[in-house]
Formats: sequence, C-alpha cells, structure tokens
Amino acid sequence: MSEAIMNATPTAWNGQIMQKRIARRYRAERRFKAMGFLAVALSIVFLGFLLSDMLGQGLRGFQRTEIAVDFDFPALTSGTTAAAISGPNADAALNSMDVPGIVELAVAQQYGDINEGLLTAGAAGNVRQMLIDNPSLVTSKQQLWLPVDSRLDVAFKRNGEPAAEQTVSALAQKDALRTGFNWTFLTGADATDPSAVGIWAAFKGSLMTMAITLMLAFPIGVLSALYLEEYAAKNKLTDMIEVSINNLAAVPSIIFGLLGLAVFLSLFGMPRSSALVGGLTLALMTMPVIVIAGRNAVKSVPPSIREAALGIGASPVQVVFHHVLPLALPGILTGTIIGMARALGETAPLLMIGMRAFIPAAPEGFTDATTALPVQIYLWSDEVNQGFVEKTSAAIIVLLIFLLGMNALAIYLRNRFETRW
Amino acid sequence: MTGTALLFLVLGLGLIGWIAGRARAAAFVRSAKGGPRGTVNSLPYYHGWFVAICAIAPALVFMFIWQSISPSLVTNMVLSAPAAADLPQEGFARAAILSEARAIAQGFQVTAFQGESERLVPLYKGALAYYKWIGVAATLSLLFAGGAFAFTRIKPDFRARSKVERVVMFGLLVASLIAILTTLGIFASLIFESWRFFSMVSPFEFLFGTEWNPKSVVTPGADNGYGAIPLFWGTIFIGAIIAMIVAIPLGLMSAIFLTQYASATVRKWMKPILEILAGVPTVVYGYFAALTVAPAVRDFAVMLGVSNAASDNALAAGIVMGVMIIPLVSSMSDDSIAAVPSAMRDGSLAMGATKSETIKQVLLPAALPGVVGGVLLAVSRAIGETMIVVMAAGYTANLTANPFETITTVTVQIVALLTGDQDFGSPHTLAAFALGLALFMTTFLLNYVALRVVKKYREAYE
Repeated sequence: MSEAIMNATPTAWNGQIMQKRIARRYRAERRFKAMGFLAVALSIVFLGFLLSDMLGQGLRGFQRTEIAVDFDFPALTSGTTAAAISGPNADAALNSMDVPGIVELAVAQQYGDINEGLLTAGAAGNVRQMLIDNPSLVTSKQQLWLPVDSRLDVAFKRNGEPAAEQTVSALAQKDALRTGFNWTFLTGADATDPSAVGIWAAFKGSLMTMAITLMLAFPIGVLSALYLEEYAAKNKLTDMIEVSINNLAAVPSIIFGLLGLAVFLSLFGMPRSSALVGGLTLALMTMPVIVIAGRNAVKSVPPSIREAALGIGASPVQVVFHHVLPLALPGILTGTIIGMARALGETAPLLMIGMRAFIPAAPEGFTDATTALPVQIYLWSDEVNQGFVEKTSAAIIVLLIFLLGMNALAIYLRNRFETRW
Repeated sequence: MTGTALLFLVLGLGLIGWIAGRARAAAFVRSAKGGPRGTVNSLPYYHGWFVAICAIAPALVFMFIWQSISPSLVTNMVLSAPAAADLPQEGFARAAILSEARAIAQGFQVTAFQGESERLVPLYKGALAYYKWIGVAATLSLLFAGGAFAFTRIKPDFRARSKVERVVMFGLLVASLIAILTTLGIFASLIFESWRFFSMVSPFEFLFGTEWNPKSVVTPGADNGYGAIPLFWGTIFIGAIIAMIVAIPLGLMSAIFLTQYASATVRKWMKPILEILAGVPTVVYGYFAALTVAPAVRDFAVMLGVSNAASDNALAAGIVMGVMIIPLVSSMSDDSIAAVPSAMRDGSLAMGATKSETIKQVLLPAALPGVVGGVLLAVSRAIGETMIVVMAAGYTANLTANPFETITTVTVQIVALLTGDQDFGSPHTLAAFALGLALFMTTFLLNYVALRVVKKYREAYE
C-alpha cells in the first residue's frame, strides 16, 4: 500500500487515520460489552457468595456434637423394670425416676475430672425420650450418645473459647465425641441454649400465618382482578381502586406493620403476635400483588372466548366464572405463589405486631402468640452466643429452600399450563 | 358454644339450604319435562345458591354486628347489678377491675389480683352466658327465617339466576373496595397517631431538629430530642446514595448486556439467576450484611487509615441494599430499552455506528425517562427497606457523610421505637407513626412520579 492511497481522503476506509479510529471504536465496543458482562457476573458472584456463605455456615447448624455417656441403668435406677416405665403410667414413673438426676450422676461418674457443663440443657429430655421409645434400655448397661453443651459444640466444630477447646481435645482423645445429625433443630422450638434450639415452632407459626394470608388474599385478590378487568365501568371509583392497588403494591412493608399495630391490635384488640394478626397484615400486603398478576392473566384471555360464550347465551357472570376464570387460573396461581413467597420471607411487618418475643413452644391455635421463620432468623441473629451463628444460617437455608421451591413451582405452573393465545 | 362453632353451624345449615333449594328446583325441572319447554327459568343450582345466600348472609352480618356490640351490653348488665354499685367511680381503677373480672369469667385468667373483681366474676359469667345465648338464638332464627323465605320463593318461573348474579356482582365490588379501605386505613391510622404525636412534640422540632435522642416523657415547648433530620439524612444516604451507586451501574449494565449482547441461551439462564437476587428475603441480606460484609468493610476502612470505622457501618448496609435492588433497576431498564422503536436502533446501526455507540447515543437517551422512572421506584424501595438496615446499620443517629460510621434510618428507628411493651399512647410509639407517615408520603410521591414518568414515556412511542 502506498502513502498516496493511505492519505487520499480523510474518510477513506483504508486510510491510516480511519483505520486507527475504527480500531479505537472497536476497542470501546469491546470495553462496553465487557463492562456489561462484568455487571452481570458481579451480581451473580455476589449471589453465589451469599449462598455459599450461608451454606458453609449453616450446614454445621444441622449437625451436633455428641458425647458418649455410659449409663449403668440397673444401678442408677435401683432396678426399675421395663414394664414400670411403659404403658399408661410411663409418664408418672419417669417423673419419679428423676431422669435429670440420673443423667447428672452418670456424667459425673464417667467424666468427673472435667468440672464443666458437658451436656446441653435438653439432654435429660433426650434420655427420657429414648426410654419412652425403648423401655428395655433400663434393664442393662447402655452407652448413649447425648448432645453436648453449645460451648463445646462450637469448639469441636471450629474454634471456640480456649477453655472449651481444652475440654474438647481431652474428650476427643478418649474418643468420646462424635458428630451426629441434629434432629432437635428440625423438631424443636426456640431456646436459650443454642444447642437445644429448633425451627419447628417458627416454621409452624409461618405456616399458620401463611394459611390466613392465603385464605384472605387469594379470594379477595382474584375477585378484585375479575371486577376491575371484566366489569368495572370507567369512572372515578374504578380509578380510585386502581390507584389504591398500584400504590399499595409499592408501599414499604413496614407501613403495613404499622397499620396492623394501629388497627388490628390497638383498635380491634386482637391477640398480640398471633398468627391471626400476622396473617391479616400480610394478606393486605399480598393482595395487591395477586390483583396485579390476576389482571394480567385475565387480560391475556382472548376476547373471542368471551364472545363465543355470550353468543350461545351465557350471562356475563357465567362467561367470567365458567370460561375466563378457569383459563386465567394458571397465571393467577403463578402470581399468587410469588406473592406468597414474598410474604413468607417478610419480617418487618411481623416485628411491628409484636412477633419478637421469646416463644419456646409451637403455637396450638391461630390466636396463640407465635413467631415466624424470618422473625426467628432475626431474633437468633441478635444473640451474642457464638452457637447461634450456625443456627441462624441453618434456619436461613431452610427458608431459602422453601422460597426456591415455591418459585420453582410457580415457574413450572407457568410453563406447564400457561396457554399462549 | 364458641364463635367458631357457631360459624361452622351457620355454614353447615347454609349447605343444607343449598341442597334443599337445588332439590326443590330439580323437582320442578323433572315435572316440567314433557310440558311446555322453558317453564323453569334458572338452573337448579342457582336456586340452591339463592336459598343458601338468603340463609347465611343475614346471619353472618348479624354475627359480626353482635360481636362488636355484645361486650358493651354485657358490661352494662354487670354494672346495673346491685353488687357493682360500690365500685370505684374513678375511670382507670374501675376499668381495670372490670377487665380482670371479665378475663377470669372467660377463662383467660385464673386468679384475681384485685379483690373486687372476684366478686364480679359470677355476674360476668351470667351476663356473658345470657347474651351469648341471645346471640346464638337470634343468629339461628335469622338463618331459618331467611332460608324459609327463600325456599318458599322457589317457583318454576322464579328468576334465581339474576338474583344470585346480583349478589356475585356485589361481592366482586366489595372485594375491590378492600384496596381502597386498606389505603384509607393506612392514611387514617398514620395521620391520627401522628396528630396525637404532634400535639405533644412540635412538628417544627420533628422536621427541622438535628438531635435524635427521643425522651419517653415529653415536656411541651422544650427540646425533646425528636429532631428527625439525622434519620432523614441517614435514609437518603444509605438508600438513595450508597445503594444507588451500586444498583444503577450494575442494574443498567446488566440490562444492556442481557438485552443487547447476550445470546438467547445466556439470557435464558442469566435472567432467572438475577431474579433470584430479588427473591432472597431481606432478613437474609441483613444477616449477610451484618455478619460478612460489615466486618470486611471495617477491615478495609482500617486498612485505608480510617480509625473510627464502625462495625455497623453505613457502607455495608448500602452495598447489600444496592445488590438487592439490582434486579428491579435491571428489569425496569430492560422494559424501557425494549420499548424504544427498533427503527431508531436500526437507523443508527445502518449509519455505521457500533453497537455500543447506538446504545449510548440512541437507545439510552430515548429510554432515559423509563430508566429514571425505574430508578425512582428503586429509591422508593430502598428507603422503605427495613431489615437490612435494622441488622446492619445500627441505631445511633449520626449526621455524617462518612460511610464508615454508623448511621441510622427512619425504618430502623420505627422498629427501635416500637421495641418493648410500650403503652400505645406513649410518645415513643406515636413518634414511630409520625416517622411512618413521613416514609409513606415520600414513597407515595416517588411512586406516583415514577409511574407518571414511565406512562408518559410509553405513550410517546406508541
């Protein structure tokens, strides 16, 4: 290529200046694209980091450290027979046996040289349960594995306090420690000792709250969506309803909590921190989400369906309830599940209506004071005791599994049933 | 008989009414066969619904009304008894005795702490039982009267369908009105409680004061430590500045990448993964921010030489909140970029502009209103966010622009003020409502403007 052609005109494509400029523009292009990729990658890396962090911490929460304790039951219980602690009088017999005292004695006999709390507070209850499940244990010498105190638990899993570390290494040399699955975590309730806590109570509270929410928000949401999309005349009232719904969908959740506090608790005098009030509050929050999803689903049913039904003599109500609603239902359900998932993870409004108390038992009814899964996570995260860190993460794992499951169900429903007209 | 049992009884009787009505109408249909066609106006099950509605609706309405008026009837009956004549006249002590006696009579409480209430327990028991049976009897007689009335109306030419459909339409309307009721309820409760608050603490101090250190006993006219400026600043600093510095570039760039550059497969996988960020509960973000991000930020600050870096610093809360907002910004930008007519994009590409030049100089300027609307929505979402800041940002009011210090926000203080069993009329509780009102108004305004901007912009290209 000669100089003459290269610099013929400033706009010549093969000119040197032009080539340089194009190279620069292409570099800018690649840079821009890389920035876009970086943005997506950063978000996903953050998500991955969050999830792996929770998983790394939380999986330990499903495990517990157990210690071998030898029980010489015939000696300890002065020869109680299996028959005595089974049958209808088992409860009374076990009470008079003083299981906690027996456990204390057995531990003192075996690990007398370690004068620290070895077992968790719930250990005696575990022994009692084992005896109920299998009364014949009481007739012989047994080695039982019992959960250790939270300080030792933390020290055995990773780094704990120096004193606890020493105890643990001494016990580990005797081969007295092992790691087992923490069933208590799935079946128990809140406790002051992190090695005795469980999420069942909070989970049941969440389920009951969600049941109330679903029972209220779903019918009201669907009916409003049908009304607004199918029947509402264009007038002031309809405009007000639409503005209200769009606004409610964007109101911060804590405001709904304030509403619940002022109206349900203070004005109506409903029971504090109950599943009933929690469900009512979350229903008000979820309803707009269902209405908006429902309207989109109803809107996507083609007019020809309505016209055909009207044409063969169906009344407007029949058209909607016999034809439009069944066709729109998958879309409505998808929106409902997504709304319910959001409600399940919601914490702030529940704190406002008093769901922040320490509740050591699962609720029996809708008006009992209860806690909910996200609230339980918040409460545990506030604890100073190191043992709660892994329990909090473990509870988060349970919550995330449920949320992911619900979202997956929503996606499945959408793909499986949604008709594209 | 408890309220729940009565409710189930009413519903069960309604079901029987439905079956009876339907059966009666079905009998007409059978006898009409062979006779002239079309003598039965409505399908049998509409008659069933008609009977059920006529039976249940008045009974339920009565139950609801009775539920709210019977307590005062019971109290009146107890007070009119001679044993209640020597109760203290002073309102507070009197109310305490009455409520205790009532709680014991209903079985909520076992022992009496006040001597007088013990005496009133049998009175309360009697009155409660008396009015309960009146309520049950009235409910059931209304139910049977309504059912019988409807049942006698069933005739072959009775227009059951149109009657039932009218009720259905009414039900639809009522369901829609609940949204308005909720909005009004929020408005009324916030304004009412805030008004009570401002009768104790001057609005001037609340809106312009710079010291937040709320006292539980207020003296009118004096400075009570209810200056909310530090809270407003903290909210703006964390939610509208730090979070947006994270969320706007990341959200916008990921929207651009996913819509303009990524292949269909990449988009199909990346988009749902991004959406997961929006589905993670805020309490999880809060825990992550407090446990992992905040210590890292503090160490980073110490490395930079900031000695007073707090462990509950504003930056950690802001960053995590920004990440939470990314999907919102991304999907709003995505929508508005997609709404730009493709003629504009094609024209620019045809002129020889590269893709990035087209995006930067044609698509983004055209989509700007939509993007701005999305950002406004994101800000409104961020300033109303509670759990992340409660767990990660701390409780100390601090008027500072140093992101490594601890800063509190409006939502954190609402939670803090309502912590503990406080009396509903205390200034702390009421201040929470005043803060709630400020938050509600701000987010309402932001949402309104954002939706208007987005709508106007959509119309411009349609």
